[in-house]
Amino acid sequence: MIWDNAFAISIIPMLLKGLWVTVQLTLLGTLIAAVLGLIAAVIRRLQVPVLSHIVTFMVIFVRGTPLLIQAYVAFFVLPIYGISFNAFTTGVVIIGINYSAYMAEVYRSGIQGVPTGQWEAATALSLPAARTWFRVILPQAVRTVIPMLGNYLIQMFKDSAVLSAITVVELMATAQSIGTSTYRYLEPLTMAGALFFLVSYPASRLVNKLERRYAPKQ
Amino acid sequence: MHPSNDSGLPGGPRTDRITGLPTGSAPIVDGGPIVAFDNVSKNWGDNQVLKALNFNVNPGEKVSIIGPSGSGKTTILRILMTLESPTEGQVHVDGDVLWDVKRGDKIRETKVMRNTRRKIGMVFQGFNLFPHMTALENIIEAPVHVLGMNKADARERGAELLKMVGLGAHMNHTPPQMSGGQQQRVAIARALAMRPKVLLFDEPTSALDPELIGEVLNVIRNLANSTDMTMLMVTHEMRFAEEISDRVVMFDQGQVVESGPPEQIFKNPQEERTRAFLQAVLKH
Amino acid sequence: MSAIIEYAPLLWQGLMTTILVAVLSGALCLIIAFTMGLARLSPHWIVRWPAGVFIEVFRGTSLIVQMFWFFYALPFFGIQLNPLTAAVLALGLNEGAYAAEVVRGAISSRAKGQTEAGIALGMSPAQRLRRILIPQSIPAMLPPFGNVMVDLLKNTSLVSLVTVTDLTFRAQMIRSTTGETAAVFLTILVMYFLLSVLLAMLTKWLEKRYALDRRALAVQRKALRQTSIKDKVGSL
Repeated sequence: MIWDNAFAISIIPMLLKGLWVTVQLTLLGTLIAAVLGLIAAVIRRLQVPVLSHIVTFMVIFVRGTPLLIQAYVAFFVLPIYGISFNAFTTGVVIIGINYSAYMAEVYRSGIQGVPTGQWEAATALSLPAARTWFRVILPQAVRTVIPMLGNYLIQMFKDSAVLSAITVVELMATAQSIGTSTYRYLEPLTMAGALFFLVSYPASRLVNKLERRYAPKQ
Repeated sequence: MHPSNDSGLPGGPRTDRITGLPTGSAPIVDGGPIVAFDNVSKNWGDNQVLKALNFNVNPGEKVSIIGPSGSGKTTILRILMTLESPTEGQVHVDGDVLWDVKRGDKIRETKVMRNTRRKIGMVFQGFNLFPHMTALENIIEAPVHVLGMNKADARERGAELLKMVGLGAHMNHTPPQMSGGQQQRVAIARALAMRPKVLLFDEPTSALDPELIGEVLNVIRNLANSTDMTMLMVTHEMRFAEEISDRVVMFDQGQVVESGPPEQIFKNPQEERTRAFLQAVLKH
Repeated sequence: MSAIIEYAPLLWQGLMTTILVAVLSGALCLIIAFTMGLARLSPHWIVRWPAGVFIEVFRGTSLIVQMFWFFYALPFFGIQLNPLTAAVLALGLNEGAYAAEVVRGAISSRAKGQTEAGIALGMSPAQRLRRILIPQSIPAMLPPFGNVMVDLLKNTSLVSLVTVTDLTFRAQMIRSTTGETAAVFLTILVMYFLLSVLLAMLTKWLEKRYALDRRALAVQRKALRQTSIKDKVGSL
């Protein structure tokens, strides 16, 4: 038998521990991405003289470079300049920043998708800017944003495995360490893959439902 | 109690709810025009949409603007509502400056502009109701957050306005639940809630299915007959324009071609272009 | 910084490997995209279903897990792949699964009238697919394909973790030799950025080029529309 069932079952608890770390990474990272992304999108939209351009460039740069290298920079380079946190925190922040660049685009297109007429009606009624943003525009922009946020959350869940390279003890790292210490890679890697699948597949069906529900009318 | 028909106000004189003044007294300010365009030009790239336009509207006047597409007539309304800026020229509303632009000026929204703008309201071709709010919420949004009205008072007034346009039963419905004609009537009520001195209508029925046009025109007709609010309307509904207007303006290629009482424009146009346009339109 | 210049040839080798990996897995990705994407559109359940499973499995598990699995777990079945093969396989199949959805989406979103016009002209399903649907779908596919390719390029950095000597691997080597952590990592960060910018420009160029054909396709579309069923019946 190639597959050792007893062994497989014995490593389940460890793998689940790793899965839990992955889940935490994902939830916190998505939170950071959602907030930072919104800030970036608003700054770009408001066209603040220098700041907006800097933010735009940073968004392009983050989206154009691999998460792995960004993680290496955060984990290995920053400590040289005095900024150093534990692996988990570094991992959460860097994946949050990475995905905030994508979220900024999602917010931008969501805001863009609100019909011009809404802005014009707000002007015709002399609504103050804050009110226009919070009561009229953003609630409508959010309809397209929410399903995309769901998609990115699932993507981040899978991407978080990359953080194993900077010693974050999540699911992938756990499977790997089981492999290196027991020389049996088949069971841990297969089961890690299965765990990823068992979480992300139902989640993506859910997001599909969300997409259909929030689909733009007309 | 007048029988409720889904098409508008009961007839008869009433004004106080809208302008806050008793019927028959036109709100004259200094005796001058309530809207004054002074040498206003508007360019879109090479295209001159408005050419040194001089155009006045008197308080309480009901003015219809007619003319071919692309003539610039909608631009007049949009400049008045500050949705677009003039390339050059001055616009005054009720004695206050709205626009004062010299060629090459950087366009900025000023406090004076914002204050003056409050005297104007607009009804859009596309209604532009806020889809995630109910009819009532649409109507009270601005009065509460711009005029500082108390929410309960605003609700009360909003409900009244909705009844006036025949939609009292739809208070808690959202725009997607209403027909085009109903949405436009809510849009009119929403604009009225701000007690504008001048109400602009940008082709209010052009986006409606034919059978829904009548109910909206009824509301506008009753407004015209029973209030002294200044009304400025761009429309293709010629018979309607003839019926309710004090003055009709024929607009083409960025300039006023002819301006006069409806009898003149429709029955006895002085200008060739007016004649040609009316012939082409009324043929269909 | 001078250490970097010294090791430039090594970095260059790493860059070449990265590009090689990208091209190979990109090719595999496209093949998978079209075979699986079209399979998903098949009216036959027996074709559609396995493709669906393939796509969901490869999209639903993490790329890095797949890469490790091909390199570390497959040997347990007696199949020993060299690092490059394992990496290219994982990358190509994974991104291919995403790209398959792009293909499927682009083709199925073509207006129903196109299919109907093809039926009216007596074309077989295969003909309709080949002559009408696919040519029209290509322009729509290009932007999302571009995204998948940029994603693929960035993910090539992961092959360093299964000992493929790509740009990232070389950088790690240089770093451990020289200790110039900041310089090395920032250098490759910029290099990856330039690569993805180039790729994005290439995609834009392709979009433009295929958009030119749009005028010809538009004429084609118009001609097909005009010979609708109604016309054929009406002329009897």
